[in-house]
Amino acid sequence: MSLSITDVKKVAHLARLAMTEAEIEAAQAQLSTIFSLIEEMQAVNTEGIAPMSHSQDLSQRLREDAVTEVNKRDAFQAIAPQTEAGLYLVPQVIE
Amino acid sequence: MINSSLTQLGAALRSKQISSVELTQTYLDRISQLNQILNSYITLNPEISLAQAHAADQRLSSGQSTPLTGIPIAQKDIFCAQGWLTTCGSKMLHNFISPYDAHVISQFNNAGAINLGKTNMDEFAMGSSNETSHYGSVKNPWDTTRVPGGSSGGTAAAVAARLCAAATGTDTGGSIRQPAALCGISGLKPTYGVVSRYGMIAFASSLDQAGPMGRSAEDLALMLNVMAGFDERDSTSLQRETEDYARDLHKPLNGLRIGLPKEFFAEGLDNDVAQAVEAAIAEYKKLGAIIVDISLPNSKLSVPVYYVLAPAEASSNLSRFDGVRYGYRAPEYSDLSDMYEKSRAQGFGAEVKRRIMIGTYVLSHGYYDAYYLQAQKIRRLIAQDFTEAYKVCDVIMGPTAPSTAFKLGEKGDDPVQMYLSDIYTIAVNLAGLPGMSIPCGFGANNMPVGLQIIGNYFDEARMLNVAHQYQLATDWHSRAPQI
Repeated sequence: MSLSITDVKKVAHLARLAMTEAEIEAAQAQLSTIFSLIEEMQAVNTEGIAPMSHSQDLSQRLREDAVTEVNKRDAFQAIAPQTEAGLYLVPQVIE
Repeated sequence: MINSSLTQLGAALRSKQISSVELTQTYLDRISQLNQILNSYITLNPEISLAQAHAADQRLSSGQSTPLTGIPIAQKDIFCAQGWLTTCGSKMLHNFISPYDAHVISQFNNAGAINLGKTNMDEFAMGSSNETSHYGSVKNPWDTTRVPGGSSGGTAAAVAARLCAAATGTDTGGSIRQPAALCGISGLKPTYGVVSRYGMIAFASSLDQAGPMGRSAEDLALMLNVMAGFDERDSTSLQRETEDYARDLHKPLNGLRIGLPKEFFAEGLDNDVAQAVEAAIAEYKKLGAIIVDISLPNSKLSVPVYYVLAPAEASSNLSRFDGVRYGYRAPEYSDLSDMYEKSRAQGFGAEVKRRIMIGTYVLSHGYYDAYYLQAQKIRRLIAQDFTEAYKVCDVIMGPTAPSTAFKLGEKGDDPVQMYLSDIYTIAVNLAGLPGMSIPCGFGANNMPVGLQIIGNYFDEARMLNVAHQYQLATDWHSRAPQI
C-alpha cells in the first residue's frame, strides 16, 4: 500500500508536526514501506473474534470523587516555558 | 566488588566491610572513566547519589535495612525522579526536571537503594539499537562499534560494563529482553500490570511494562521484589498478594516441560544464535527438563499488529508534548497552531515522528476498523496461541533476538529491518505475558547470545527458578566484557 503526498500532509497536520516538502516526500516513501508490512494483517480472517485491548480482562477500578493531590502549582510552573501570575502563557488566540 | 551479586553486596554493607558511600563512589569513579566511551548515562547527580548513600549508611547502622539498602541502582531515563533531569532520550524533555517520583523510583527510595544515575535510551523508548536517542548512541561494551540494543540500551551497557550493581528497564516490544541479550546480561519483563506505570513516561500504555535488568536471575528476583506491587495511581495496576520472587530459586527442574515454538527456529534466525540456544536447551535436558514441540501459528503477525497498536497509542500519548506546560518550545512562531507544530517538529526525532504519523493515520477517520480494530482482534489470536501452548508446557524457550549485536549505523535507513529485530519478543507484550532473557553463550565475533524464557501469566517466580538453575550449572552470566 502506498500513501499519497496529500495523505502525508493531512496526517502531519493532524499530528501537529511542521514538515518541509522534502520531509513530506521522505515520509511518504518510508510510511509506504511500513504500511506494506502492516497490510499482512488484512489477509487474516478475524470474524467473530473480540478485540483485545488488555491482557487481563479487568473492569476499570472506581474510587471516591475526592481530591487526592496536593497543590503543586509552583513546582509545575517552575518548569514551564512561559508563565505569568500563575497562568501558562501561549500566543493570543482571541482578538 | 563490582562483580559481586546484590546478595553479596547487601551482606558486605550490613557487616560494614564497605559503606554505601564507598560503594557509590566506586561506581561513580568507574562511570567517569568509562561513560565517555559507552555513553550509557544521560544524567549523573553525584551530590544526590552520595547524600542517599550517607542516609543508607545510617539506616544500615540502625538495623532497619532492606536487601537493597545502600546498593547503587541505575534508572532508565524514562522514570520521573524528583529533582532529576528526566529526558526520555528526547530533545523534547531536554530541560524537564521532574517535580515528582515515579512509583518505581519511590519503591527504590523506600528500600534505601541509591539512584546512581539516569541511563540512556532510544527516544521515548522507540527503537531497538539506542541510536534514536537525542543524547547520542550507546556503545556495546563487548565491541564499541556495535549497538547495545534498545530501547533500554544504556541500562544494558551499564550493567554489562559494571557501571552499576543493577538497573531498571522498560519493555513495550522487547526493550528489556533484546538489549539484555545483545549485552550479555539478564533482564525480565513482568506480566503486564505487575509493576506500576505511574511516572513512567508513556509510549504504548497497553504494552508498556517496567522490569529489572541485572547480571543474574537471583539479582533480578531481589529487584522485582522492590518494583512489583499494587499502586492505585496506575489504573491497570493489578491487586494481588505480595510475592517473594526469590522463593522458588532453588527448586530442581526435574520434569519441567519446555515448549519450543517451531516458528522461533525458522528462517530469519542466524546460525550462531540458533547454535547457542540449542546448546542451552541441551543443558536444560541435563537438568531434567522435558522438551515439547509447540506452535505459535499467529506469532508471525505480531510485528504488523504491533506497528499498528503501539504507534496508535503513542500518537495519543505524545500529544501532551505541545510546548505549553513543560519541555521544549520552539523559539519562534507566528500563532498557537504554529507554536505546536514547530515545537513538536523540532523537539521530536525522526523515528518518534514516524511513529506518531503511523498512529495518527491508523486512528484517522475511515481507517479505524481496518487497522486498529483488526490489530486488536489478531492480538487476541496471538494471545490464544500461548494459552493453547501452556496446556502442554510450563515455560516456552527460544532466541531473544534473531542476531547478535549489529554494527552502529547498519540498519539506520531501513525502519522495517530495525522493527524485525523484535520479531521474537513482541508477541509476549501483545499477550501481556512475562518474558526474560539470560545469556547463553557467544556467537560470531564473540558477541553475546540471549536465551528467551517466556512464562505463563504471573509465573515470574518459576521463570527466575528456571533461569537461576541454568546459571548454577553454567557461567555465561558471569562473563564480563574487557573494557
